[in-house]
Amino acid sequence: MSDVGRPTVVEARGLTKRFGTTTAVDSIDFDVAQGEAFGFLGPNGAGKSSTMRMVGCVSPASDGKLRVLGMDPSTDGPSIRARLGVVPQDDTLDAELTVRENLFVYGRFFDLPRRVISERVDHLLDFVQLGEKAGQKVEQLSGGMKRRLTIARALINDPDLLLLDEPTTGLDPQARHVLWDRLYRLKQSHKTIILTTHYMDEAEQLCDRLVVMDKATIVAEGAPQELITRYSTREVLELRFPVGQQEAALDRLAGLGERVEALPDRVLVYTDDGDAAAAEVHGRRLSPVSMLVRRSSLEDIFLRLTGRSLVD
Amino acid sequence: MLSRSRILLATETAAMTYRRRWRGSVFSTVLTPVLMLAAMGLGLGSLVDKGTAARRASLGGASYLAFLAPGLLAAAAMQTAANEAIYPIIEGIKWRRTFHAMLATPLTASDVALGQLLWIAVRIAMTSAVFVVAIVAFGAARSGNILLALPGAVLTGTAFAAPVAALTATLDGHQGLVSLMRFGIVPLYLFSGTFFPISQLPAVLRPIAYVTPLWHGVDLCRSLALGNASLGRVALHLTYLLAWTTIGSALAVARFKKRLVV
Ligand SMILES: Nc1ncnc2c1ncn2[C@@H]1O[C@H](COP(=O)(O)OP(=O)(O)OP(=O)(O)O)[C@@H](O)[C@H]1O
Ligand SMILES: [Mg+2]
Repeated sequence: MSDVGRPTVVEARGLTKRFGTTTAVDSIDFDVAQGEAFGFLGPNGAGKSSTMRMVGCVSPASDGKLRVLGMDPSTDGPSIRARLGVVPQDDTLDAELTVRENLFVYGRFFDLPRRVISERVDHLLDFVQLGEKAGQKVEQLSGGMKRRLTIARALINDPDLLLLDEPTTGLDPQARHVLWDRLYRLKQSHKTIILTTHYMDEAEQLCDRLVVMDKATIVAEGAPQELITRYSTREVLELRFPVGQQEAALDRLAGLGERVEALPDRVLVYTDDGDAAAAEVHGRRLSPVSMLVRRSSLEDIFLRLTGRSLVD
Repeated sequence: MLSRSRILLATETAAMTYRRRWRGSVFSTVLTPVLMLAAMGLGLGSLVDKGTAARRASLGGASYLAFLAPGLLAAAAMQTAANEAIYPIIEGIKWRRTFHAMLATPLTASDVALGQLLWIAVRIAMTSAVFVVAIVAFGAARSGNILLALPGAVLTGTAFAAPVAALTATLDGHQGLVSLMRFGIVPLYLFSGTFFPISQLPAVLRPIAYVTPLWHGVDLCRSLALGNASLGRVALHLTYLLAWTTIGSALAVARFKKRLVV
C-alpha cells in the first residue's frame, strides 16, 4: 500500500542500471500508486528511458529491487507485460502495415481474440482521432499521428499501467495539445500512468506527482505545485538586456525579489509579485530590452536544483 | 500464456505481415525451380544421358533430370533458408524494429527467435512445395516418392536457417552476411552433390561434403525420391540435420536475448 492508501503499482528500491562502465540509473527509490499519474522529468541522458525500460520489463535491472503490479520483472516478465501499455521513446510501428493492421497485429501478441481486437481497434482509432486513416500505411502518417497511433496501440490490451516515454517530443504545439487532451482523458479514467518528459508544462498538466532526475539520480520529488513552492516562487520576472550590458545591470538588480539568477541570455528574478519587481526595475533606472512576468514553472525548479536549464 | 502459444503468436504475425508482400516473392519462388530444372536438367541432362552405362549407374540408374531434381530441391531450400534468416531478421532488429515492439508485449526474446524460425520453416515448406510441383511438371519425378523429399528439404532448410539466424542476430551490419551468401552458400551447391555425385569429387574434398549439412540434405532428398534409401543412411542424415537445427535454434535464442534484451 502507498501513503495514500491505494495499492502500489510500482515499487523501486535502489534500482540501478549499468551499461558497461556507464551507470544510467544509480540506485533510485520511488513508488507509484494505483490511479496516479507519475512523471520523470529530466534532461537528455538523465536515465529516464533506462528506468522506463526496466519498469516495462524489457530491460533487466542491474541491481536493486523492483516490483511491478505486485510481481517481479525478472521472473514474471510476460505476465507483467500482458498488463502494460507501452509507448517507447522511439516509435516501433510497422511502417509497411496500415494503421489498422498495426493495431491488429499488436493485439494478437496479447493473444486477444480477433473479434475483441476488431471492436477495440475501431474504438481506439476514434479515441486518437485516426479513424479516417485506418486504411493508410503508417509511413504516410505525420509524426503526431504516429505518436497517437502508438498510444492507441498501447491501449489495445486495456492495460492497468501505461508507460509513456516522451509522448510529445518532436511534435508541434498543436499536435502536442491534441495528445495532452487524450492523455488527460486517460488520466480521468483512473488509469495509472507513468510518463517521462523534458517539458515542464507537460509535467504540470498531466502529473499528480513527479520526480526530477539528473545524472542517473533523483534530485527532487513531489507534486508539481509542491515543488514550485519548495524550490521556486510564485512568479518569475524575465529580463533581457542588450548584448554586453547584462553584467553591469546585474549589480543594480541585487536584492530584487527573493533571488536573482543570471543565465547566459537573460536574468530571472524570483518573486511572489512579478509586477512589483518589474516596477522596481524601472525604479532603479534600468532599461532591459524586454521584460516578462510569468508563472513559475518546473523549469525554474530544475534550474535551481541542477544549475542548468532543462532543454539546452 | 504458455511459451509454446507465444511462439505461435510470433509465427502468426510474421505470416500476417508476409501476406502483404507475398506478391513480390511469387516470381522468384516459381521462376527458380523452372529455370534450374530447364537449364541444368534438360540442357545439361541431354548431354549426360548420352553417356555410358557406367556413368548412368553412378546416378543410381536415373535420368540426369531425375537425379538432379531432388538435389536442387534441397539446395533451393537452403537458399530460401539463408535469405529468410538474414533480411527479415535484420529488419526486425534494426530496420523496422518490429522485434522491439514484440518484446514490450508478453512475448520474450526466445519466443521471437523461435517464432521467427518456425515461420522460416513454413516459408521453406511453401517454396519447396512449389519446387516439387515444378519437378512433377517437368516429368522429373520417378514416382510419388518425390513427396517424401519435401519434409527432407524443409529439414535441410532449418538446418541452415537456425545457425544463420543466430549469426544475423550477432553481426552488426549485413555486409558479413552478404559475403557469407556469396562465398559460403554458393560453393556449397557445387561441393555437396547437388549437380553430380560426390564420388566424382577428388578424395581430399569429399570429407568437406560430409561435414556440410547440404550434402546430407541432398542425399536424403535424393535417396527418398529415387526410392533407394537405406534406413541407416536416412537415420544418419536426419540426426545430422536435426542436430544443426536444434543447436542452431539454441544459439539463435541466446543471440536474440543478448541483442534485444539490454
Ligand atoms: N543500450 C545502451 N547501451 C549503452 N548505454 C546506454 C544504453 N541506453 C542508454 N545508455 C546510456 O545511459 C544513459 C541514460 O540514458 P537514457 O536513455 O536512460 O536517458 P534519458 O533520460 O531517457 O535521455 P533522453 O531524454 O535523451 O531520452 C546515457 O548516458 C546513455 O548514453
Ligand atoms: Mg529517453
